[in-house]
Amino acid sequence: MNVVAPFEGIGASLRRKEDFRFLRGRGAYTDDFNRQGQLHAWILRSPHAHARLTSVDTAAAAAMPGVVAVFTGADMAKDNIGGLPCGWQIHNKDGSPMAEPPHPVLAQGKVRHVGDPVAVAIAATREQARDAAEAIAVTYDVLPAAVNMLEAVKPGAPAVHDDVAGNLCYDWHIGDKAVLDAAFAQAAKIVSLDMVNNRLIPNAMEPRAALGEFDPNSGEYTLHTTSQNPHVIRLLMGANVLHIPESKLRVVAPDVGGGFGSKIYHYAEEAIVTWSAGKLGRPVKWTADRSESFMSDAHGRDHISNAQLALDANGKILGLKVHTHANMGAYLSTFAPCVPTYLYATLLAGTYTTPVIYCEVKAVFTNTVPVDAYRGAGRPEATFLLERLMDVAAAETGIDRVELRRRNFIPNDAFPYQTPVALQYDSGNYTATLDQALAAADWAGFESRRAEAARRGKLRGIGCSTYLEACGIAPSAVVGSLGARAGLYEVGTIRVHPTGSVTVLTGAHSHGQGHETTFAQLVADKLGVPTAQVDIVHGDTAKVPFGMGTYGSRSLAVGGSAMMKAMDKIIAKGKRIAAHLMEADVDDIEFDRGTFRVAGTDKTKALVDISVAAYVPHNYPIEELEPGLEETAFYDPKNFTYPGGCHIAEVEICPDTGKVSMVNFTAVDDVGRVINPMIVEGQVQGGIAQGIGQALLETCVYDADGQLLSGSMMDYTMPRADDLAPVSVATHTTLCTHNPLGVKGCGEVGAIGSPPAVINAVVDALRDYGVRSLDMPATPAKMWQIINGGRRAAAE
Amino acid sequence: MYDFAYHKPGSVADAVKLLADPDAKAISGGHTLLPALKHRLNKPSALVDLSGIAELRGIKRVGNAIVIGALTRHVEVATSAEVAAAIPALAYMASHIGDVQVRNRGTIGGSVSNNDPAADYPAAVLGLGATVHTSSRKIAADDFFQGMFTTALEPGEILTAIEFPIVDKAGYAKMKNPASRYVMAGVFVSKAGGAVRVAVNGAGPCVFRQAAMEAALAANWSPDAVANIRQSPDNLNADIHGSAEYRAHLVGVMARRAVAAAG
Repeated sequence: MNVVAPFEGIGASLRRKEDFRFLRGRGAYTDDFNRQGQLHAWILRSPHAHARLTSVDTAAAAAMPGVVAVFTGADMAKDNIGGLPCGWQIHNKDGSPMAEPPHPVLAQGKVRHVGDPVAVAIAATREQARDAAEAIAVTYDVLPAAVNMLEAVKPGAPAVHDDVAGNLCYDWHIGDKAVLDAAFAQAAKIVSLDMVNNRLIPNAMEPRAALGEFDPNSGEYTLHTTSQNPHVIRLLMGANVLHIPESKLRVVAPDVGGGFGSKIYHYAEEAIVTWSAGKLGRPVKWTADRSESFMSDAHGRDHISNAQLALDANGKILGLKVHTHANMGAYLSTFAPCVPTYLYATLLAGTYTTPVIYCEVKAVFTNTVPVDAYRGAGRPEATFLLERLMDVAAAETGIDRVELRRRNFIPNDAFPYQTPVALQYDSGNYTATLDQALAAADWAGFESRRAEAARRGKLRGIGCSTYLEACGIAPSAVVGSLGARAGLYEVGTIRVHPTGSVTVLTGAHSHGQGHETTFAQLVADKLGVPTAQVDIVHGDTAKVPFGMGTYGSRSLAVGGSAMMKAMDKIIAKGKRIAAHLMEADVDDIEFDRGTFRVAGTDKTKALVDISVAAYVPHNYPIEELEPGLEETAFYDPKNFTYPGGCHIAEVEICPDTGKVSMVNFTAVDDVGRVINPMIVEGQVQGGIAQGIGQALLETCVYDADGQLLSGSMMDYTMPRADDLAPVSVATHTTLCTHNPLGVKGCGEVGAIGSPPAVINAVVDALRDYGVRSLDMPATPAKMWQIINGGRRAAAE
Repeated sequence: MYDFAYHKPGSVADAVKLLADPDAKAISGGHTLLPALKHRLNKPSALVDLSGIAELRGIKRVGNAIVIGALTRHVEVATSAEVAAAIPALAYMASHIGDVQVRNRGTIGGSVSNNDPAADYPAAVLGLGATVHTSSRKIAADDFFQGMFTTALEPGEILTAIEFPIVDKAGYAKMKNPASRYVMAGVFVSKAGGAVRVAVNGAGPCVFRQAAMEAALAANWSPDAVANIRQSPDNLNADIHGSAEYRAHLVGVMARRAVAAAG
């Protein structure tokens, strides 16, 4: 009989099952797979931001030692290879579709960013492939580059794509401008703020890699790749690029060392190795080095915005108007167009009762690496804008910044709450998360800490953000109406084996999130099977029926819900088998954590009795029930989920050097029901580390010619342990009302809520220097400039 | 990296012979050269690995000086009781180079020969007025550092040891580049009798002495003495992490801190 120790179920801080292999170096990542006869690919990348390809001569390279092939865009064109597809179509204000220029796998006639793939050399060893790539003779006719977004949309700017006028991908809007103008006309106060949301480079610990194979006997292709969503890659690459039916294409995403969004997208290298493996009849592997990651992984954020908030005399928000320029980079990455629109503007209500919102977004092509979703994707940009605006509004109305937020919170009795920007929030308690965070951070005692810091010569500040996000992405019909070219359900299969152990097949993908533990806990909780007897299988299109993958904090809310549905089917079938075995009516059978019982009696059957009967159906209702105990469910969510909460940052600035030190960080998040508190804490901490990184450290810098100045760890400041603060993470739960688990998602809250809290704290620390607008990151040099400028002004 | 021949001589004399090939390069800890090779930024015909030369190792006190062999790793200087007793600022500086991995591999000879403007050791060598011993001669610190990644070493000449005089007081302070954690601006100060030296690293293209601060400190050894001495931003480094003006300002801050640390 299976007896579950209660601590393994929902709410248990179970240690991560997967860590036994990760911590001992036994993970199996894409680059760990090696095949007999395997070749290695090296991609020749453009050193220029913008150039015409006058000639690409591969003759010398092809003759180099060990070289098997050198392919260019012309070779791909001969094979009728398609461009990399975009998965989301946005429409302009006038209803016309966005500009969607081709995104060739290997350059066709032109290169459009530093790092754009030009050709591939394939050889017996990686070094030989690299030697050959260096021997490819390319003549570039260098063109002026469009680098700065605001310059790129001006008349006369260099055209990234010849047929995209003004480099404008789309000019989109949401909301009713006339109603907004009327609201602004009533305002007692209008607060306007210009903001930049800095461009980030994701830098997952594991660089991207891909291994293509072709079996001439079966005609099957196999791609191992560093992906967050192997089924999506199979669909996009098979249908759009290489024209291989799904039945002949297997995509495997084995252990993956972090993604943060950057491994959602279908990348050129995946198509290159799969296609060339077929052409050459030998496996072909490519693994990025870190420098390539910087110039070929999709970047994140990169908005320039103006936001205006209209308030009445009591500080109630009357309306919000936002104009944003969003950088798409040189090409449309897989989900790029939806990030600054439906993952951004729809979040501009935040936790507030803003009655009217109007937002327009111009998406711009530039000669830079494509920009797409990065942890939070659109929601950090919206949250930063709104929560900075709230602090400036507080300062300029004289209303305390916490009080201003309270006055505008959506009240607890207002759920479900319909915002003016399409979303309907199902649950939340913003006052509770705020109060809990204020208490945990000792907000009330801050001024004495500030005074104490001042005695040490430091400037101390505190700041908060009362954020909200939408995740658990997403109802298929809704996103379809908004331009998504895919459904966003998830798939789960529960396979109860004859001896009672369980295999779960899930379309979600774990690349650090701990799914092998959290999902096993769901099974333990619901079916009563110990987690040691539950295996989670993911990341292989040959094993898992289908799936949409992991992003947008959706794995538990959507993937977990699919598993719950499949387990409901298991229990329903198990009850019929149990009724047969115990000669009872099926309606009298109860099930609780592994035990089927005839209600009101002591007659029971364990799950293992049922599974044995199901697979050895000697005594079995074979006339009415199929043997076996395996069920699959597709779950399509009814709504997004809406985590929210309050983040409070406390910082100290050294006025001599300008260095900002995090001294404390408090997060109280409502992520719905918590399955594994330890994993949630780790997820939130990781997100906060990235949020602090964005606020204080990280920024992608291009020079005017489109050269990437922050192209390595020497110049791109990834957060290190000593850049962070003691982070206190707590949760306050209101349940999601529309999924079976009541969960909301925790993967992105840290990165969404924290940047404005940090910047609000920095601005507070600088309160004597009259700082109103402050762009991220708050680097020492930038802080010194402000402080030094202030000192000079005071002296003059 | 590109292919190269590999040699591991057992003596300085053999190493010098191998380095007669102008395209050969000496390698010690490799913490600068190996990344350059991996990036294919350097294509030596041969690497002459100095790690097998026993005579280049070790820390010893000779008269009123500490002599440190070129192959001595940063961690050895950082944890040497002899260094800590004689020139504690030098041990402190070594203990703050890079990270644990760098300190376990990187060597004093490699760092000083390379003369990276953002390296730590050149500030200590210049700030203490050390003498650089090579395979053929002795060079005063003031004559050794000649420009960005440029020193007085002739082709084929190997740095063998550095002789640091034991001074009355010394101190080091630096501001790290937020990304690379190399030195953005650092100052090493020392006082030996009436002689004061102030060496600035990180801020300019090459480590340099700050004469105005030296004069002020000679007159009055205290942090306040340098508080109002303005470092000119002319010819200082500027990049995405900070302007020349910011670095000039940091020189003043680090000078005050270094003097305070020296006591």
